[in-house]
Amino acid sequence: MRRYFGRKLLIYLLTFFIAVTVDWMIPRFMPGNPVALLISRAGLRGNAVTEMYTFYLDAFGLDLPIWKQYLSFWAALFQGDLGISIYLFPTPVKDVILRAVPYDLALLIPSTLLSWWAGNKFGAFAARSKKLDNTILPVGYILTATPYMWLGILLAWVFAIVLGIFPVAGGYGFDLQPDLSWRFIGSLIHHWFLPFASLFIVQFGGWAIGMRNLIIYELESDYSHYLEALGAPRKLVRRYAFRNAILPQLTGLALSLGAVVAGALTTEVVFGYPGIGYLILQAINNEDYFLIQGCFLFVVIGVLLANFIIDVAYLIVDPRTRAGMQGGAG
Amino acid sequence: MKRTTIFLVVLVTLSLLLGACQPAATQAPAKSAPAATQAPTEAPAVEPVATEAPADNPVVFERSETLYTSGTQWGPPSSWNPFNGGGYAMGTIGLVYETLYTYDPLADKFAPWLAAADMTWADEKTMEVKLREGLTWSDGQPLTADDVKFTFELADPNGAYKASLNYVRLWNFLASVEKVDDVTVHFKFNETPYQEIGVFFYQTPIVPKHLWETKDVADITGGANEKGVGSGPYLFESNDQSRQVLVRNENWWGIEAFGKAPAPKRIVDIVNGSNNVALGLVLQGGLDLSNNFLPGVASLVKGGYGVQTYYPEAPYMVSANVATLIINEQVKPLDDVNFRRALAYSIDVSDIVENDYTGLVRAADPTGMMPTQDKYIDKEQLAELGWTYDPEKAKQILAAAGYKDVDSDGFVEAPDGSKIALKVTCPSGWTDWMAAIQIISKGAKAAGMNIEPDYPTQAAWRDAQLQGTFELSIQNEAQMSSTIFNYYNWIFQNPPTQEHVAAAQFGNYGLYDSPEGFALLNELGAVSLGDDEKLQEIASKLQKITLTDVPTIPLWYNGLWAQYSNAVWTNWPSAAEDANHYLPASWRGYWNLSGIQMLMELEPAVQE
Repeated sequence: MRRYFGRKLLIYLLTFFIAVTVDWMIPRFMPGNPVALLISRAGLRGNAVTEMYTFYLDAFGLDLPIWKQYLSFWAALFQGDLGISIYLFPTPVKDVILRAVPYDLALLIPSTLLSWWAGNKFGAFAARSKKLDNTILPVGYILTATPYMWLGILLAWVFAIVLGIFPVAGGYGFDLQPDLSWRFIGSLIHHWFLPFASLFIVQFGGWAIGMRNLIIYELESDYSHYLEALGAPRKLVRRYAFRNAILPQLTGLALSLGAVVAGALTTEVVFGYPGIGYLILQAINNEDYFLIQGCFLFVVIGVLLANFIIDVAYLIVDPRTRAGMQGGAG
Repeated sequence: MKRTTIFLVVLVTLSLLLGACQPAATQAPAKSAPAATQAPTEAPAVEPVATEAPADNPVVFERSETLYTSGTQWGPPSSWNPFNGGGYAMGTIGLVYETLYTYDPLADKFAPWLAAADMTWADEKTMEVKLREGLTWSDGQPLTADDVKFTFELADPNGAYKASLNYVRLWNFLASVEKVDDVTVHFKFNETPYQEIGVFFYQTPIVPKHLWETKDVADITGGANEKGVGSGPYLFESNDQSRQVLVRNENWWGIEAFGKAPAPKRIVDIVNGSNNVALGLVLQGGLDLSNNFLPGVASLVKGGYGVQTYYPEAPYMVSANVATLIINEQVKPLDDVNFRRALAYSIDVSDIVENDYTGLVRAADPTGMMPTQDKYIDKEQLAELGWTYDPEKAKQILAAAGYKDVDSDGFVEAPDGSKIALKVTCPSGWTDWMAAIQIISKGAKAAGMNIEPDYPTQAAWRDAQLQGTFELSIQNEAQMSSTIFNYYNWIFQNPPTQEHVAAAQFGNYGLYDSPEGFALLNELGAVSLGDDEKLQEIASKLQKITLTDVPTIPLWYNGLWAQYSNAVWTNWPSAAEDANHYLPASWRGYWNLSGIQMLMELEPAVQE
């Protein structure tokens, strides 16, 4: 057990180091100069430009040699300092991210988990059931194949503009001041529902189709046929098939959950929902080194963490992993 | 399966905990709790299950008292510092911090704001500004000549702060700022006052000395200035990722001076998202003034959706700036005036106006003078030297100058036989401009010039201009202004001798060299304010240069995008005779271009 986790931990640390280094490098290799862009937006003229240029270079530490920037980046990182956003100067990157990420978590974690759960249940149920296979699953195919942007706009248009039951944009009513009141909480849910529903629908289709195919595969395998030959009840066979089929789905879930911190760009764009996705897009457009870095740092951590959790989960759901480990230890 | 369920439950709970760990004030802590307890199919109206009952006295902005705007902020509000020119929250200058004067571009008139009357001249080089009596800061302190002197001296290169604010340029001409008495300030100039000084008196926000004199320079130029104290009709109230809320200053000096306060109690500015969101908000009546570019808004104006624009017909919008094709004169064959002229003849601007913009913009005059600057156009000269879309003429010019298609690939080669392959650029994602450069490319190719569109990121696009590595690009930096000096300065700025980035920040990225033009520009700058005859004379000479030399090609006038709804607020500006003619604008820098007067004119709609 300890060896298993020790090895995993080492791999995770190495991955973290490499991923964060790449994350630091990439924005710096992009053509362009974020400080020049910042200054042009400020509409400065003449000698003020030169002075502000030096001021900002200094403020962001971009006048240092590149290896020094890299070292101070790690030093700052260990102190929990992600730097100052260039595009949202002078807000610290940490604040920008902390303000945005809760919206993403509240949107993506429930939609991913619930769609995974419901999708797998439904997929397993639908597999080999002629009626469902021919009726509802095609709908799933259509949903997954639909460009999300289009589906989102359609939902927003029908439910927000034509029917007017849901708001067009925002995380909560534009007429509210955040506080702990029923009205505010109601407004949060009201604004949350449409983006959530759109994500749920699309992901649901994907999981359901995946599960259906996996179940069919499992039902065709030798152990299923053997069980059937022994006269095991159909329900029991299917249960075994499900337990085997769920494993790849679990890995898929880990990847989806890990990327949750990156937000859902299209959802945020279509529904004007606050979150980190749109900020990442803006940060890239503005070559905001520090914000890009900070956002992807969280993605890296998210993916690693989710993978780790899934590693643990495998121990629980797949007896073979446990058995293998005991064998290794013994 | 039980284990999987347990695992799921753990994950959901974890997500709730994470969701609950948020910074205070911006979001409610109970936010994600209802999210998870709710099944996906449940109606959203179902009351959330929470363990503690929230207090029930929410702050709700009454719709009838709130003005919703958008179009200014491209990211969460992050700075309330009036000196953070491109990044301050909507309304920081204009609604919270005020200027001495405002300028109305449509009427071409300065109006005193903090000042009591027009600028006067105490002697040839001393300008006198008298302040209104009884001006106050929102913390109750009086606003006096001391604050004005302090503000201008912040940028004095020999002063105590030496802050790099954009009016540091004023100090090229300014010797000192002196307080005569509490309401009188003298600006002493070294040289005859220049055309360009005018802009500093409607662009410079006056800041409170008693709060700013203790700040250090970095804080003055770059600080966030949260909860800043201003003198204007509104106060910063709150903000979050997608909005900035301003609340009316009930002790504003203007209530007495103008006899009224602006009607909206609150102004909520919504951070720009995508077009479909802005459009949706306009249609749902959630946005009163949208300064977003909404393609196809013409059909809403015509379609009875209650959406109004300045003109009821094309071009719908007031022209705000000139979208210009900038040319790098250092690149072959763009250094050849014949090639540039041929290019000018090859562009079908009407295609851009009608198909790309669906009539929301006007084609630009070849002189680049805005409609409000029409009186400075030398019409006779224009008729003789100007250009129009004429592909045949473009081909003729090319042929006459020795450009020939040697290798029969459909594109001409330079007279020395070298191949021509140029790129015209605009930032990726700026869809209207992307379509425009496709049209430019199409026209150029039809005339035999191999010019391809290219869409780098905004930062890379900008960098290419500063480094002088672009070839052809679209720019619209020269905004409407109180003087044509602004526009000509953008074209005829002396090419920098040392570092590219520093000096050429504003205009002449192609290092166009015209000693005659540079001399004329200096002459133009020296014309005293209001001497139109002299301005016209010099403008005519400058136009002769731009029309024959083609350093840039003016294409169309970008609009002051503004669509507004009469559902909650009425009396919006319009071209109609009985309406007011202020600018319907909330953009940075536009509140002082009569945007504030527009706000003062708004009236609540009569609710049925």
